[in-house]
Amino acid sequence: MMERDIVVIGSGPAGLCAAIEAAEAGAKVLLVDENAKPGGQLFKQIHKFFGSREHSAGVRGIDIGTLLLQKAEELDIEVWLNTEACGIFDQDKVWVVRDKSTSLTIHAKRIILATGANENVVNFPGWTLPGVMGAGAAQTMINIHRVLPGRKILMIGSGNVGVIVSYQLLQAGAQVKAVVEAAPQLGGYGVHTAKVRRAGVPFYTGHTVLEAHGTDHVESAVIVKLDAAWKPIAGTEFSVDVDTICIAAGLTPAVELAFGAGCRSVNSPVLGGLVPWHDESMRTSIPSIYIAGDVSGVEEASTAMEEGRMAGLSAAHSLGYLEASRYRSRFEAINHNLLALRSGMFGQKRRDAKEAIMAARKG
Amino acid sequence: MQRILDHPILGPLPEEEKVTIYVDGEPVEARKGEMIAAALMATGKPYFRKTVKRHEPRSIFCGIGRCTDCVMTVNGTPNVRTCVTAVEEGMVIETQMGFGDWGGKR
Ligand SMILES: Cc1cc2nc3c(=O)[nH]c(=O)nc-3n(C[C@H](O)[C@H](O)[C@H](O)COP(=O)(O)OP(=O)(O)OC[C@H]3O[C@@H](n4cnc5c(N)ncnc54)[C@H](O)[C@@H]3O)c2cc1C
Ligand code: FES
Repeated sequence: MMERDIVVIGSGPAGLCAAIEAAEAGAKVLLVDENAKPGGQLFKQIHKFFGSREHSAGVRGIDIGTLLLQKAEELDIEVWLNTEACGIFDQDKVWVVRDKSTSLTIHAKRIILATGANENVVNFPGWTLPGVMGAGAAQTMINIHRVLPGRKILMIGSGNVGVIVSYQLLQAGAQVKAVVEAAPQLGGYGVHTAKVRRAGVPFYTGHTVLEAHGTDHVESAVIVKLDAAWKPIAGTEFSVDVDTICIAAGLTPAVELAFGAGCRSVNSPVLGGLVPWHDESMRTSIPSIYIAGDVSGVEEASTAMEEGRMAGLSAAHSLGYLEASRYRSRFEAINHNLLALRSGMFGQKRRDAKEAIMAARKG
Repeated sequence: MQRILDHPILGPLPEEEKVTIYVDGEPVEARKGEMIAAALMATGKPYFRKTVKRHEPRSIFCGIGRCTDCVMTVNGTPNVRTCVTAVEEGMVIETQMGFGDWGGKR
C-alpha cells in the first residue's frame, strides 16, 4: 500500500496552508481535491480581505490563492486533483477514487481534513424552480465561469456571503433588486453592506420570501414582512420582478468523512452545527486525524488559513519533524493570529464558540 | 444568460479556443474546458432536466457538484453533473426527462 506522512483532503485555503506548513517542516505530504483546480472557494473571492496586514488584509482572495499555489509548487508538494476521498478506515487509511475510475487506498500516518462547508437551503413554494440557487453557486458562475446566472436578482440573507455576492453580481453587470433578511438586523460586515447600499440596492430586514413564481424559470418572487415571532404578516406581501433568487442562509460544515471515520462531534450553532471535536492544535478525538477550516466550524478564509497552518504544523510535529522549541514558537505565532482574527464584534462570538468546542469533553 | 465580457476586477474575458457541443440536437459554441452548465447558462437555456414524477423543471442549484440538480444526459449517459463536467468537442448533451434513457447500457 502507498504510504505518505500526511494526506490533506481538500485544497481550499485551509488545506493549502496545512500542506505548505507541513511540507516546510519536512513532512512528505499528499494533497487531494475532487475538483479539477485547486483553491476551494478562494478563487471566487475577488473582494479584498480585511483584518490586519499579516492576515493579507487589502489583498483579494484570488491573489492569495495564486501565492499559495506558487508556494505549494516551490515546495514540490504532491497534488492529486480530480481525486475524491470517499472514506477513512482504521483511522489511518484513506480511500480515494482518481478521475472517477481508479480506486486506491493510501496509508496516511496523519490525515488532515479540510473539506470546507456546504450552503444551507431555505424552502418556500417555488424554491425548486430553475433560477433559485445558492449564493455561492451564483458566485461560482460569475467569478469562475464568467457567466451571469440572471439579470434581475433577489438575494436572501444579508450575512457576509449575501452582501459580498450581491456586490459581485453588481460588478458582473446584474441588477440586484433587493436583499431580504429575516432577522431584524443586518448580518454582514459594515464595509461590505455599505457598498451594496451605496449602489442603491434596498435592504428589507424582518422580511422573507413567501414564494417564487414562474413556469420554466423564476419570473417573480413574493416578499412578506415578519412579526416578532417570525410569522408572515398578512397584507404586507409585495411582488418583485426577478429571474434569479440567491440563497445565502449560511453554511454547514462538510463533516461526512470526519464522522464516518468516527471523530467525536460537538454541536456549535454559531459555527454551523455539528463539528468534529478538536483541540487548539486542531487534532480531533482520533489522534491521527486533524481538521482545519470550515469543516471545524464555519468562519472565513483568513481563519481557515491559520487553522490550516496550525493543523499542518501540529501534524508534522506529532511525527517528529520539528524540535519542541520551533514548534512552540510557531504554535504561539499562529495562535496569536487566530486570536486577532477572532476579536471585535463578530469575532468574539466565534472565539467563544471555538473555546466551547475545545472545552467540551473529548470523549 | 450572458457571458461577462468585461469585468472591473477580473478584466476582459480571456481568449479561449472554441468547441462545438450539441444540445438537444442543436450545435452550440462553447469555450474549451468550461463546464457544461456554464456553456448552457450562457445560451440562456431555462432548464436542464425535468423530474421523474411531476415533470418539474430543474437547473443548477449548488454549482459545485454537491446537489445533483443540474444532471443531464451526456454522450448517452444519464445523470451527469453538468456543473462539474467540462465540455468536449462534439459532446452530445440532452435535456434529461426523469431518470433518463440508458439505451440498454445499464
Ligand atoms: C460557495 C461558497 C462561497 C463562499 N464565498 C465566500 C466569500 O465570498 N467570502 C468569504 O469570506 N467566505 C466565503 N465562503 C466561506 C468559505 O467557506 C471560506 O472563506 C473558506 O473558503 C473556507 O476554506 P476551507 O479551506 O475550509 O474550505 P473550501 O475553500 O470550501 O475548500 C474545501 C475543498 O475541499 C474539497 N473537498 C471536499 N470534500 C472532498 C472530498 N471528499 N474529497 C476531495 N476533496 C474534497 C472541495 O472540493 C474544496 O476544494 C464561501 C463558501 C462557499 C461554500
Ligand atoms: S448544481 Fe449541484 S451538482 Fe450541479
